[in-house]
Amino acid sequence: MKKQRPGAKDNMAETAILSVSKLHKAYGRGADRTSIINDLSFALRRGECYGLLGPNGAGKTTTLRLCLGLATPDSGTILLGGQVIPDHARVARMRVGVVPQADNLDPDFTVQENLLVFARYFGIADAVTRARIPELLEFANLTAKKDARIAELSGGMKRRLTLARALVNDPDLIFMDEPTTGLDPQARHMIWERLKSLLARGKTILLTTHFMDEAERLCNRLAVIDHGKMIAEGAPQALIAQHIEAEVLEVYGENAKAWAEQHGKNHAARLEYSGETVFCYTNDAQSLLTSLQQVQGVRYQHRPANLEDLFLKLTGREMRD
Amino acid sequence: MTTIYAAPSFSLRFYPIWRRNFLVWKKLMAASIIGNIAEPLITLIAFGYGLGSILKEINGIPYIHYLASGSICMSVMMASSFEALYSAYSRMSVQRTWDALMNAPLALDDIVLAELLWSATKSLFSGTAILGVMFALGIGLHPQVVLVLPLLFLAGMTFAALGLIMNALARGYDFFTYYFTLILTPMIFVSGVYYPVAQLPSWLQAIAQLLPLHAVVSLVRPLVLGGWPQTPLQDLAILAFYCCAGFYAALIFTRRRF
Repeated sequence: MKKQRPGAKDNMAETAILSVSKLHKAYGRGADRTSIINDLSFALRRGECYGLLGPNGAGKTTTLRLCLGLATPDSGTILLGGQVIPDHARVARMRVGVVPQADNLDPDFTVQENLLVFARYFGIADAVTRARIPELLEFANLTAKKDARIAELSGGMKRRLTLARALVNDPDLIFMDEPTTGLDPQARHMIWERLKSLLARGKTILLTTHFMDEAERLCNRLAVIDHGKMIAEGAPQALIAQHIEAEVLEVYGENAKAWAEQHGKNHAARLEYSGETVFCYTNDAQSLLTSLQQVQGVRYQHRPANLEDLFLKLTGREMRD
Repeated sequence: MTTIYAAPSFSLRFYPIWRRNFLVWKKLMAASIIGNIAEPLITLIAFGYGLGSILKEINGIPYIHYLASGSICMSVMMASSFEALYSAYSRMSVQRTWDALMNAPLALDDIVLAELLWSATKSLFSGTAILGVMFALGIGLHPQVVLVLPLLFLAGMTFAALGLIMNALARGYDFFTYYFTLILTPMIFVSGVYYPVAQLPSWLQAIAQLLPLHAVVSLVRPLVLGGWPQTPLQDLAILAFYCCAGFYAALIFTRRRF
């Protein structure tokens, strides 16, 4: 027998807190059967924030459900905290926290009752939970609201309570499915700050989002998936550098298109049109800027390329759903 | 998919889920208990004295006693079915409590078992309140009446199991109206709640013999009236069959839904 030396990839699979390999999942019967997840593989290192990015319907939520053992894959393997999923999903979930996309807090209970009752589902003794509740409320900035009913909470408070609830069992890994969707900027910043403090405490986070600024800010590494397939994976800045030109000029105004046809295309590495706006991608914006300064009826914004540019390049600009 | 047809997995993990439902009930207890007492009290007084003044007795039994011993079974059936349909559906589909439970280390089987036992518990509360009303009216003051409570719990489990099948198949609350009007209500009229089954045509009597509510009534009524059931084993077997088969079917349909 040839003895295989443990390569980087094998090492990764051993130390990964979650590893997914060659995952396939299709829904529907007969001719309607559509593939949702198509040969998806990735692994999370302990202590990192790993992002799953993709347009609506790309398979992000399905991937989370498969990883939690709430759906059975057609083929492929999943290891969560060393447990085989879905066979040992229940045991694996003891060490996992989940912040679902839609709030499902218990409307009949107060803020702290929600935490107490949820901890019982993990078999945690009430005395242990009661001792932890002040710290959890503090973390969620809900101490003053501890006896409030759920209906009295704002959207941001509900999200924070859902986050605190996901921490009742002191999990190693937290699944977050679009944790800031529908929140105002203040509430989003507060959630981001809390997620960073969790990462600082050594927790691992699997985050799905379609906010590019959120992913760029929080994720150590991310995967862009579309139609259930991984199309890119890496650190946000490395991915941008690898796939896209360094600078972007967004040109708009009545003469933007005419300028792009006559001059822009000669100077930019790549042009994209979206409605009234022309996106010029380039590694050296100087000649574009010079050209723009000589025409009337255009306005422009010059900025470094970001994750959104990468995302749109990889998944296209057409609407989904 | 073999897991959909797997045997039920029973574990004590149902308890914190049952306890959650109990806590919610406790918060709304006052309204619930007033309803539990007022409803049978009004029905028994209205029907018992209104109809009972024309129809003095059935087979030598005062009509109000006959009616009370049947309607306690019907009320338990309705209470259990209501909880397994409307309330369980709210927790499953509207509040998404079930989704939260499944993110914890609980399985769908634990949740369905907890809902079954909780519906039976709640229907037993209702049955106990009715029994209290009956005692106050001087009905059922016999030692063997203590056997009624475990029988009502079994009845509650049976109708919860059947209700949870409907819950798993439902796409909205409207669906449950069919179950109540097309299945439960006709069953009340052929199971001897208001009048003896012997009044029915013989083919309908034959069908009635196989219905779960008929089995409950033929177990409970004699105990309330101070006698003993005539065919206890047959009646218990019918209930056990509906309860076990219903629970397994409810599990299969619920697993398919999720």
